[in-house]
Amino acid sequence: MDFDPVLLARLQFAFTIIFHIIFPSFTIGLSAYIATLGVLWLRTGEERHQLLMRFWVKIFAVSFAMGVVSGIVLSYQFGTNWSRFSVATGNILGPLLGYEVLTAFFLEATFLGILLFGFSRVPRWLYVLSAIVVAVGTMLSSFWILAANSWMQTPAGHEWRDGVAFPLDWFQIVFNPSFPYRFAHMLNAAYLTAGFVVIAVGARYVLGGKHMAEGRTMLRMGIGLAAILAPLQLVIGDQHGLNTLKHQPIKVAAMEAHWDGSKPADFHIFAWPDEKNGTNHFELSIPKGASLILTHHLNGLVPGLLSVPEADRPPVKVVFFAFRIMLAIGFFMIGSALLGAFFWWRGTLFDHDWYLRMMAQTWWLGFVAVVAGWVVTESGRQPWVVYGIMRTADATSPVPGATIAGTLALFIVAYGIAFSFGIFYINRLIARGPDALKPKDEPGGISQIASTRDAGQGIV
Amino acid sequence: MRRDDEGFVMEWYLPLIWAGVIGTAVAMYVIMDGFDLGIGILFPFAKDETERDQMMRSIAPFWDGNETWLVLGGAGLFVAFPRAYAVIMPAFYVPVIVMLVALVFRGVAFEFRIVSHSKKGWSLAFIIGSTLATFAQGVILGGLIQGIKVENGAYAGGPFDWATPFGLLCGLSLIAGYGLLGATWLVMKTEGPVAVRARQQSKILLIAVLVFMAAVSLYTPLLQERIAERWFSLPNFYYLWPVPVITALTAFFCWRWIGQGRDAPPFLAAIALFMLGYLGLVISSFPYLVPPTLTIWDTAGAPSSQIFMLIGTLVLLPFVLGYIVLVYWLFRGKVREGESYH
Ligand code: HDD
Ligand code: HEM
Ligand code: HEM
Repeated sequence: MDFDPVLLARLQFAFTIIFHIIFPSFTIGLSAYIATLGVLWLRTGEERHQLLMRFWVKIFAVSFAMGVVSGIVLSYQFGTNWSRFSVATGNILGPLLGYEVLTAFFLEATFLGILLFGFSRVPRWLYVLSAIVVAVGTMLSSFWILAANSWMQTPAGHEWRDGVAFPLDWFQIVFNPSFPYRFAHMLNAAYLTAGFVVIAVGARYVLGGKHMAEGRTMLRMGIGLAAILAPLQLVIGDQHGLNTLKHQPIKVAAMEAHWDGSKPADFHIFAWPDEKNGTNHFELSIPKGASLILTHHLNGLVPGLLSVPEADRPPVKVVFFAFRIMLAIGFFMIGSALLGAFFWWRGTLFDHDWYLRMMAQTWWLGFVAVVAGWVVTESGRQPWVVYGIMRTADATSPVPGATIAGTLALFIVAYGIAFSFGIFYINRLIARGPDALKPKDEPGGISQIASTRDAGQGIV
Repeated sequence: MRRDDEGFVMEWYLPLIWAGVIGTAVAMYVIMDGFDLGIGILFPFAKDETERDQMMRSIAPFWDGNETWLVLGGAGLFVAFPRAYAVIMPAFYVPVIVMLVALVFRGVAFEFRIVSHSKKGWSLAFIIGSTLATFAQGVILGGLIQGIKVENGAYAGGPFDWATPFGLLCGLSLIAGYGLLGATWLVMKTEGPVAVRARQQSKILLIAVLVFMAAVSLYTPLLQERIAERWFSLPNFYYLWPVPVITALTAFFCWRWIGQGRDAPPFLAAIALFMLGYLGLVISSFPYLVPPTLTIWDTAGAPSSQIFMLIGTLVLLPFVLGYIVLVYWLFRGKVREGESYH
């Protein structure tokens, strides 16, 4: 059988990284929430905050483990699947990943040990400090990996010699033109993702009449956060799009399915892009809408897809629909969070059953939006792996297609198993709720661990 | 000094320094993840899940940090020797991916075992994952010693070149080696029946490790003339003969300390044994990173990238080591019989 190694390598990479990003986008946000609860607990001394913190730490532990193991896979895939890319960009991307390991991964992994196992062993302040350190670690990790990814989108600060990139100015490399936007947008996305999970769980508890105090706290904290961050995400996203228009106009054309650059661009609410004939079917559009968003003029012109040869166009359908999925979720988040804030202001946040029932179903929204956003960014960059400089087809490893197909199947099976159990266990932890952590339900658990502190001193 | 000379000095010393940094990261990985992978290798011999809880409790706060050294090793290779990274990874495509998938299963097993009703299934995943990951690492090591087929700076062999008797021998050796690290770790960190059993296992595994070390040491010079020459030509032999002698002495003391009922010394001796074996491999291969064609200088990245990263490493690594020590200190002491880990 004939396998196309480039396609398979891309499928494998897309599969493993999409699997990976699901967990960081949750853990970045959740670690910040846990740290916040920790600080509240230190300041108020209330049991509610302590219980909530430890409850979310348990869920955090499960998702963090899956984030770590799937991330390790990625860091090796640069070499296994993209060895020619590694040679060409190693001088730039290597140090960025290296700094990620040294500033972020060790920090997260080490202090996670205290967060998971130190509750009855270390003083309160050190426990809460560990939560803060883990949250900062996840932020640093995003900083470096997004610098790396943004450099591939909008390369700067380097020169190419004989097909290899050499660094000239590290500041320009890290703070390349698209980096600030991507970093802000992604971090905010992670906080929103975790926020909506917290909201959904809180709504579930309040509806079910279980863990009421904790459920209400979660709902209030989540709604308060989302009411600020969801509109903010629209603003950042808009700026991000304008930046992309400047540096990757063809990606924007694909996002809007805009073919003919000599006419103002419509905003298509729906369309079926026809890549063969360079046009759309079944358009439902706001005339000149995209021109207004992108140029702030009704008759402003932006480049169309037809302005470059077919070989230089990204897959339009994928980019177009993924972008619309993200937008739809973004606007839903804004609407629902503002509505919740309004209810809260009226003092009726817990009284509208329909609202709580709806919010209890929203836990998955952030994840889908994040994946859709990344698909826009990465597929929109095609056919380049380093925009405008190196094509994806020139980035592969000398590995036969059949080998990649075999290992891809292995990944799908392995991740499928790990993921199903992970989701199942997280659900079970949520169903048990924070009450399960109250001391009376844990006979001897804590005291037993505490007792080891006095045993066998002096051994590393 | 003229500018050209300066450039030459940088291009000569930087790769050497980086080889040292990566060598250290790999050594840290082998010791630290070695003992926790070893726990997985010893898991099948525990009496029941309660004992397994105790074994796991002894490594649970540390394993994630331990595994991060593997990421540092990979990233370090990518930073300093991108051309070696780009040859080694495709050459060992299958064992690398098998190792990664195995690490996935053993990694999630830590958390899943706590929350699942029946621990048996995830114990099995932990056993298979740990053993398979270890075996794959040994196979990769063996493949590296044997050499990689390179043309025009790219990997030119087939997908299964690593599957040789020597590679498989190295895989088994590493299982015994990590097993020994794990067993001596349990001797140091646990009490009760688990510790007693670990002490017996340490003795058996020590013998196994010595047999494997001898086999690999004899096999390697036969395999490659270059390696035979490195060890047995004069004057090298005068400098190198202490290596096997010190190894034998270390093994002897390890055995005695196990027998005398000491707690920490056997673990330290097992680490020393590992480091000596590692030193032997370095002596055999240096200065090749991709034997027998590419040296550390052939595969080095841009000096400016190496310097940029070296500065970061020198500043950050002391902090990293500092908080790693903090966590090991916070969780010092023995894990009691019947103690679980949530
Ligand atoms: C530092 C690098 C980096 C980072 C942070 C990301 N990617 Fe990426 N991505 C690549 C580096 C890359 C790559 C190596 O450059 C690929 C492989 C083939 C390609 O064109 O780009 C790629 C391809 C690629 C594809 C396939 C696109 C196609 O072939 O049409 C998808 C769907 C994603 N990525 C998704 C993601 C997601 C969900 C990410 C969020 C974590 C992500 N990428 C971050
Ligand atoms: C190609 C891209 C990527 C690679 C190679 C990569 C690599 C890794 C690795 C090796 C780990 C495990 C670290 C450990 O041992 O603790 C990890 C975890 C993590 N990654 Fe990624 N990653 C990528 C994309 C991203 C992106 C885009 C983000 C965020 C915006 C991200 C955020 C994180 C975070 C926060 C963790 C910590 C573990 C967790 O939260 O689950 N990564 N990544
Ligand atoms: C509501 C309005 C939103 C707008 C206008 C918007 C805009 C954009 C644009 C233009 C891009 C592509 C950037 C590029 O590569 O050129 C993007 C990417 C992305 N979006 Fe959004 N977005 C919105 C909402 C959201 C929401 C709600 C989430 C998740 C919770 C999200 C997550 C992402 C992610 C993860 C990416 C990829 C990373 C990046 O390039 O920043 N977005 N967004």
